[in-house]
Amino acid sequence: MTQLQVLLFASYAEAFGASVVTVTVPEAATSADVVSALRGLPGGQALPADPVLAVDRRYTRGVVSVAPGQEIALIPPVAGG
Amino acid sequence: MIRCAIVTTCIDPTALLSEVTCRETGATSLFVGTVRDVNEGRAVTGIEYSAYTSMAQDEMVRIAHEAAERFDGVRVAIEHRVGMLYLEDISVAIAVAHARRAPAMDANRYLIEELKRRVPVWKQEHYVDGERVWVDPTATCASMPTS
Repeated sequence: MTQLQVLLFASYAEAFGASVVTVTVPEAATSADVVSALRGLPGGQALPADPVLAVDRRYTRGVVSVAPGQEIALIPPVAGG
Repeated sequence: MIRCAIVTTCIDPTALLSEVTCRETGATSLFVGTVRDVNEGRAVTGIEYSAYTSMAQDEMVRIAHEAAERFDGVRVAIEHRVGMLYLEDISVAIAVAHARRAPAMDANRYLIEELKRRVPVWKQEHYVDGERVWVDPTATCASMPTS
């Protein structure tokens, strides 16, 4: 198992009560493992069915590999402008 | 020429216009977004904007490069403000310049639509009755950001 930090913003930060959380995931983890671990934390029930993840400041599509040292962020529905 | 920034102070649209305009540009378009007093029938007193600043700036640059590629090398300057904004405050300004008007105007429309769809910025509306609500465009629109 390994630990990853996940950045949270806006409504998600409010739901989890933190702007960054640590999740424990299997070695060779994927974005799906991160989302699954987040759902197990207090506040995780606020996540939609298919939450949007960014890795190293880029949106991910589908399931991707994630590793310690990468900047992982959970992106709530955006509303700029 | 491309410059995109998340800012915490007042946006000066004329500065953005000056930035993109040069001898070769005969047409400059400007989009300015401001805080309005009513949304979805509710009286608004202000909007608190927040952002994933580093990614927001990267994503705006990516969008600006896409616009330059699609619209014949348009020159682009974008600023999006974060923090507490009140009625009529400018939240976003986009200036686009080109030799001709069509690319300048079409690119500006492309930029604001993609910014609203993809750039990780959030707003919490403050209403007259004291309630505060995170705006969620996906509640009424199924589109999600993609890479």
